[in-house]
Amino acid sequence: MAEALAISAPSRLGQRGFLVLAGLAAIFAVALFAGARFGVLLAIGLGFGITLEGLRFGFAGPWRAMILRRDPSGILAQLLAIALVSIVAFPLLASHPGEIFGAQAPIGWAMVGGAFVFGAAMQVVLGCGSGTLVNAGSGNPVGLLALPFFALGSLAGSYSLVWWTDLGALPILTLTGNSGLIVTLGLLAAVAVLLLALAAPGTRRVPGRLVIAAVIVAALAIGNLVVAGQPWGVVYGLGLWAAKGAVALGVDLSGSAFWSAPGNAARLGESVLTDVTSLTNIGIIGGAFLVAAWRNGGLSQPLPKLPGKAWIATIIAGLALGYSSRLAFGCNVGAFFSGISTGSLHGWVWFAAGFAGSVLGVRLRPMLGLEARA
Amino acid sequence: MTRRITAPIALLLVGLLLIFDHATTPPNPYKAPPIFALGSGVEAVGGFCGAMPK
Repeated sequence: MAEALAISAPSRLGQRGFLVLAGLAAIFAVALFAGARFGVLLAIGLGFGITLEGLRFGFAGPWRAMILRRDPSGILAQLLAIALVSIVAFPLLASHPGEIFGAQAPIGWAMVGGAFVFGAAMQVVLGCGSGTLVNAGSGNPVGLLALPFFALGSLAGSYSLVWWTDLGALPILTLTGNSGLIVTLGLLAAVAVLLLALAAPGTRRVPGRLVIAAVIVAALAIGNLVVAGQPWGVVYGLGLWAAKGAVALGVDLSGSAFWSAPGNAARLGESVLTDVTSLTNIGIIGGAFLVAAWRNGGLSQPLPKLPGKAWIATIIAGLALGYSSRLAFGCNVGAFFSGISTGSLHGWVWFAAGFAGSVLGVRLRPMLGLEARA
Repeated sequence: MTRRITAPIALLLVGLLLIFDHATTPPNPYKAPPIFALGSGVEAVGGFCGAMPK
């Protein structure tokens, strides 16, 4: 036994060293072949993936914990991260208009409905925008199956986005400047107080692991804003991947108001290594893989035994995640996290509608066979 | 079956995406923007899920 450990320890060390080198090599290669900014963005994405998987910081799971067990610790950590980003983002947005922009989008019928459906679907697969990427990268087969359908759903949603927004939407409403920051922090504190009041006894303390994760995620999100000039997002990149695939297969996207818009049409002709959300998405998948491979027993977890209807539900939920997040102007990352932290009121509406959808999704999950059998 | 099978599949899919993308639309590092958008004086024009088509 002792001999086996003695032999395996250096081998494990070598394996971990290889993982670190592979991550650094990927960053260097992207910087070399695409540009320094894009290498840094891949590094930020890897940081997100490592933090989310390594410190178990997520969105769908904590919302589920609040709904089922009245455990608010995970959501409180999310609110902390959002508050930290907003403290930096609000002044930067005010002082550098044009160079950086916030996650600002209009509130409308389709946006509210999209957030509700996204909240339900993310509880079905127990993976939000970033969560699906992390789950796929760490080898969770549900996340792995949902991901390509998430991308296809995002393409479909973007194709019909303008039709949906024409159903009715308010102008973009934003909180800005010092007063906007104070209102945002006040609202975040009010939600935290409400969650603490609703919490079950013994669940009011946020574990140190989640506090550390919240600080790191906030730092990475600020880095994303400073380097890319835009907030952390997920959905755009996934839709772009599917759109590029569709074009390669001969699909004509010129009939889409979304993909024929000059900025989006140009991006279809550029490398995904120059697209901000594509790079951070790839980094999240890679970072989650690195942690799973690094962790003792991380990749030796058995795959869950799920019935056929669970896999069908995963495909449908994946499509719903992609489609609804386009209508909602983002997922939990682009709309909830980045929307609120950069002053967009649609982020707050997304939070309310997404949480209501999650209440439904938590009940749907066992009915669809996604609670794994022993 | 364990995650030793599924996790590498995720990386393989990303790898295939990058190979396909590189073959069709290779990046040009000489057109790369400044490393930091903040302070660059250049308007940010990246694609974002919250943005209406423009």
